[in-house]
Amino acid sequence: MNTNHFDVIVLGGGAAGLTAGIYLSRAKVSTLILNEGMVGGQMVLTYEIANYPGIEQTSGYMLSLTMKKQAETFGCVVKQNVIIKDVNLEGSVKKVVLSNNEEYTAKAVIIASGGSSRNLGIESEDTFKGRGISYCATCDGDFYTGRDIIVVGGGNSALEEAVSLTKYAKTVTIVHQFDHFQAFEHAVEAAKQNPKINFVMESTISGFYGQDQLDFVKIKNLKTNETTDRTIDGVFIFIGYMANSTKFQNKVHLNQRGEIPTDEKMATNIPGVFAAGDVREKQIRQIVTATSDGAIAAISAIEYIQNQ
Amino acid sequence: MTNLEHVLTAAQHKEVIENNENVMICCGRMGPMCIPVYIAMDELKAEYPNIKFLDMEFDSPDAHVIRNAPECSRFMGLPFTMYYKNGKVAKATTSIQNKEQIKAILDQYLAS
Repeated sequence: MNTNHFDVIVLGGGAAGLTAGIYLSRAKVSTLILNEGMVGGQMVLTYEIANYPGIEQTSGYMLSLTMKKQAETFGCVVKQNVIIKDVNLEGSVKKVVLSNNEEYTAKAVIIASGGSSRNLGIESEDTFKGRGISYCATCDGDFYTGRDIIVVGGGNSALEEAVSLTKYAKTVTIVHQFDHFQAFEHAVEAAKQNPKINFVMESTISGFYGQDQLDFVKIKNLKTNETTDRTIDGVFIFIGYMANSTKFQNKVHLNQRGEIPTDEKMATNIPGVFAAGDVREKQIRQIVTATSDGAIAAISAIEYIQNQ
Repeated sequence: MTNLEHVLTAAQHKEVIENNENVMICCGRMGPMCIPVYIAMDELKAEYPNIKFLDMEFDSPDAHVIRNAPECSRFMGLPFTMYYKNGKVAKATTSIQNKEQIKAILDQYLAS
């Protein structure tokens, strides 16, 4: 028996991938999860989860460990911290090659590679990470007690974190590229009602400046192209996520945002290749929607294998 | 709790960095920016047997040995990660680092 051949290979070990692993292994379908980095995906970066049905409160880290353990209990093989060098998704035998040249084959593949936090794409952004630029209000909010800060973004995370940061900061300025927010109305209202929060709309940050730490930013008005300097103590960036799909370009159909379109069975345009979770084209990205995708993709993959 | 050995007191911190040539200590909380660093350290233990990997609770009073270190004076993002060579700070970083970034620092500052 070839130990590198499985019924299904799941590429990604976040909520969608681990759920697929649980469903497949429990159905006695030999399954390998390959994950670049540690399992858990974006879930691990969530400090507190209070809306996952059946669990009153947990951390993303604990939930991901539980999911991994569940999958492994049913016989799923989980390999973390691998680097996927190449994938061949065509034909009846799919192949995945790792950076150490190990090769794995399977009858079906589920792509569950998730998403990553989007950054502003400004060169100086990484220089000031932890020195004035942060991506986690819960982690770093108290360093900005009594200070003036900016929150970049207009979605739910940006608005909710802006309100939470007013516990520490003297002022919070929300800088957003559009003239309206994408967040839920209640989150927008909460921000608007907060006296510490003010808004700079239709604008973006075009540069970060300072010596050992962030001193000021350049804010560009996207309507007039006018740029102004603003002295600031900190900038929190919450501008959404992008699909981790670079490795699948020209291997499977991607939309303009790099997401993988699927049908209701999570099937992609390639027979035997399914997609689940944040890498998939969809509107709502929550842990519970990722687990739903993972379960559906697993069941569809089983059906596909049985019909071969 | 992490799988790493914990530094609980300032005295233990002193003892660890004085009695080991190469030491990496991640000082943070169990938050989303810190956990990936702890996990990366845990995974790197086998690869770097000559380096001692430990954590320290950021909010413990004794963590002043890291919080107030001159190298961390401008740090505003958790975790504060310290790399010691022969009892002295060889490198300090703030905020999340991925495994590759950590490996690059270990190779440059501690592995020799």
